[in-house]
Amino acid sequence: MEGRMDAYARFRPESSTVPASGPVAIRILPEVARFSLRIAPADLGVASEAFGVALPGRIGEIAAFGSRRALCLGPDEWLLHAEEEEAHVIEAAFAERYAATPHSLVAIGDREIGISLEGEEAATLLSTGCPIDLERLAPGTGKRTIFDSVSVVLIREEKDRFTLEAWRSFMPHVLGLLETANRELAAGL
Amino acid sequence: MLLIHCPYCEQDLPELEFAYGGEAHIARPADPSALTDEEWRDYLFIRSNPRGVHFERWRHVHGCARFFNAVRETVGDKFLMTYKTGEPRPSEEEVEARLKELSA
Repeated sequence: MEGRMDAYARFRPESSTVPASGPVAIRILPEVARFSLRIAPADLGVASEAFGVALPGRIGEIAAFGSRRALCLGPDEWLLHAEEEEAHVIEAAFAERYAATPHSLVAIGDREIGISLEGEEAATLLSTGCPIDLERLAPGTGKRTIFDSVSVVLIREEKDRFTLEAWRSFMPHVLGLLETANRELAAGL
Repeated sequence: MLLIHCPYCEQDLPELEFAYGGEAHIARPADPSALTDEEWRDYLFIRSNPRGVHFERWRHVHGCARFFNAVRETVGDKFLMTYKTGEPRPSEEEVEARLKELSA
């Protein structure tokens, strides 16, 4: 039991740093408010107005305004990010429009943990578990994909910097694999 | 690894992101209670399982999460085409043309 509690404590972002084990810097990102939004594409204007960011219409595209940003995951699905303090404001803004425009807005902030991978070899490191052609994931876009067996959301912030979000309970597995692969990169394997 | 074209994402993506969803274009009977046991069994369990061109459902589960339909040639395990749910099944000519294109 003691060991398991340690593992949970380890993945609390405020108490955690991942040991530097190779050429790619892996950091656990601070908590943010996350929402999963499902709405008919025809009502995108209403959602954009509620969120304060013009939601992108193409899968993979990201739109941001200040600390709020939206990633289009599917034809009628968006992942919304915002600062934690703003969560209630966003919930209220969508709730106001619910009667006229049915949709689903689910808070998933605590379900996931985000990590950042930075370094020239970040794409190589990710390719150890992620089957997509990372060359084709342009900077400033993202998508849901798979890492080893875990469903993750991968965002390419810059050419050499990625954000990866996965469910909290899968994070020890994902981080363990990344740390091992990072050590292998350092060893020149 | 197979690359599958997702008609919603409009990209060729690795098979690992997808899940197989069985044969496509099987409509649920409008009034199941009017069916005989044999008809109901056929609807539930009897599938065509052809050697060659097969119409099937796939789901881009680790991506856009949509179901879509695909035409696959089961001998060579080659995807001929994919199309969105609700779109009509490609005609025989279209499938033939695509088969020729792939074998050329």
